[in-house]
Amino acid sequence: MSKVLNAGQAFLKPATEAQTTSDNATALPARMPAISDTPTDIRVMKPSQTRTQTEPDGRTEQQTALLPQDTSTPGQTAVTETTTRARLSPEQLNNLMISALALLAGIAVWHWATAQNLNFYINFENVPSPGKVFVAFTEHLRTEVFYVHIGVSMRRILISYCLAVLVGVFIGLLMGRIPFVRAFVMPYIEIVRPIPAVAWIPLAILMWPTEEASIIYITYLGALFPIVINTMHGVEQTPEVLVRAAKSLGASSFNIFWHIVLPAALPSIAAGLAIGMGVSWFSLLAGEIISGQYGIGYFTWNAYSLINYQDIVVGMLVIGFLGTLSTLFVKSLTRPFLRWQEKAR
Amino acid sequence: MVEALARSPTCGDVPNAPALSGTVDIENVSVVFGEGDKQHQAVTQTSLTIKAGEFVCILGPSGCGKSTLLNTVAGYVQPTVGQVLLDGVKVVKPGPDRGMVFQQYSLLPWKTVSENIAFGPRMAGKSRDESSALANTFLALVGLSKFSDRYPAELSGGMQQRVGIARALANYPSVLLMDEPFGALDSQTRLMMQENLLSIWTEFGTTVLFVTHDVDEAIFLADRVLVMSASPGQIIGDLEIPLQRPRAPEISADPVYIEKRTQCLSLIRKESLRAFEEQNS
Repeated sequence: MSKVLNAGQAFLKPATEAQTTSDNATALPARMPAISDTPTDIRVMKPSQTRTQTEPDGRTEQQTALLPQDTSTPGQTAVTETTTRARLSPEQLNNLMISALALLAGIAVWHWATAQNLNFYINFENVPSPGKVFVAFTEHLRTEVFYVHIGVSMRRILISYCLAVLVGVFIGLLMGRIPFVRAFVMPYIEIVRPIPAVAWIPLAILMWPTEEASIIYITYLGALFPIVINTMHGVEQTPEVLVRAAKSLGASSFNIFWHIVLPAALPSIAAGLAIGMGVSWFSLLAGEIISGQYGIGYFTWNAYSLINYQDIVVGMLVIGFLGTLSTLFVKSLTRPFLRWQEKAR
Repeated sequence: MVEALARSPTCGDVPNAPALSGTVDIENVSVVFGEGDKQHQAVTQTSLTIKAGEFVCILGPSGCGKSTLLNTVAGYVQPTVGQVLLDGVKVVKPGPDRGMVFQQYSLLPWKTVSENIAFGPRMAGKSRDESSALANTFLALVGLSKFSDRYPAELSGGMQQRVGIARALANYPSVLLMDEPFGALDSQTRLMMQENLLSIWTEFGTTVLFVTHDVDEAIFLADRVLVMSASPGQIIGDLEIPLQRPRAPEISADPVYIEKRTQCLSLIRKESLRAFEEQNS
């Protein structure tokens, strides 16, 4: 658990040191001769010719002059790369420790409160202790049906989420780019977004032909809005100067969209995707109240009906873990596209 | 003409940039922004011709419309009246024949330095290999070959602007348009960049239209300085700078330099006094 949490923090953590390669005056003067001494370079600049770079003496001089800057940056880059991939920095280890201790403390308080049958406004008399929950959990791990519950829920999340990503990103891009679409769709989003998943249950049952479809619909709606809104804002935030630059470099409208607008929106889209994943899990729980058979939400709800207190908590924690894991998974999928951003910090 | 010879014996050899291309004609251009009461005249009835291969600085206080004038050449702003011609062809929209260098860093942060420079050639339909070969060549031109795989954010401001220049040049534009490109740099870096730009220009021989509010920068760089005044956005002075090239920073001690500098300053001073009085009356 702590490991999971900490990986999340590592993702959110701003880069260690901002890389300020100072363009100091000492590094630059040596460049000057380099440039004026290389007229040959310009003359061989036929577009068809491949990298024929004759390196005159001036160049080596210039490189040594730049070396102090040069060596400092790769070192730092290497650090960021290793930290984001495998090894943890002392700072991250420290955070990991803090998270682990925090969780242990939480469990200790929980244990203490249940052991004391604490009843001080909040009543712990009927709350199962962590030990009981853990025992119940390990017992469930030995039954096949528990995995079916989880599998069914995961499948629903997968379908709903993928649909939400496709539709959400598409609508969000259109809304961000075309004012008409934005003006047209926005009122629907504003009105429908605050409606909680649970409130959709009756209508979803009436509207959709199968239970499965209505559950997926409810889950899908949960994920959809954060994705749409974030995509739209991301597109709107595209710096105008980059669009201008691309225009003066001869980019067509499509290329401006593909090379400028989309990458500029990506950090925001990625945030929307991560939030959407989280929201889809708690919408799923609402949706699975409909279901009469399987799903981790059904499992939790059913435990409540059967007054099986341990299982309520088992179900809740399983949802918590799965939600965290799947959000991390989404983040790890989007991260390679955002590598440039890590360097920018 | 003598300058042109002294400046660039090789300019005719640059591929795709035949000599004498890059003549800019600004014909009776006025630019009005907004409507009704909020109407603002940024540029008023301005006409000028910039010869091919000439280095021209537009000098003026901020808000005088110099960037707007530059943007009409770039094609970002359409003149309300008049027209801009590049080699006799009317400018209607931005295009790769007019390379643009901005004041703000405008490299694509998600592309490496090399990919940024290769972007223009790619858009022009050149193959990936061809484009990256071009990128390497131009990266060498600005002395940043070692940084080709870095992201812009890993570079200092001055380095980013050099990449910006390389990117603009990679399309072999007939005019290089520069909108206070060194405005955000510290003064030492700025001096280096100015010399740097002059040597690149010496090799390339493209027409340069350079907007600045810095008198020294304008005189150091230009063949010709156009002094622009705010409200109503007109050119109030057109000064030839007959200083010999190549120029080094020591040239600021040259009597001609000092004379031109004084002229520019008095033009600007007269103008700002007038503006000041207008505001107070």
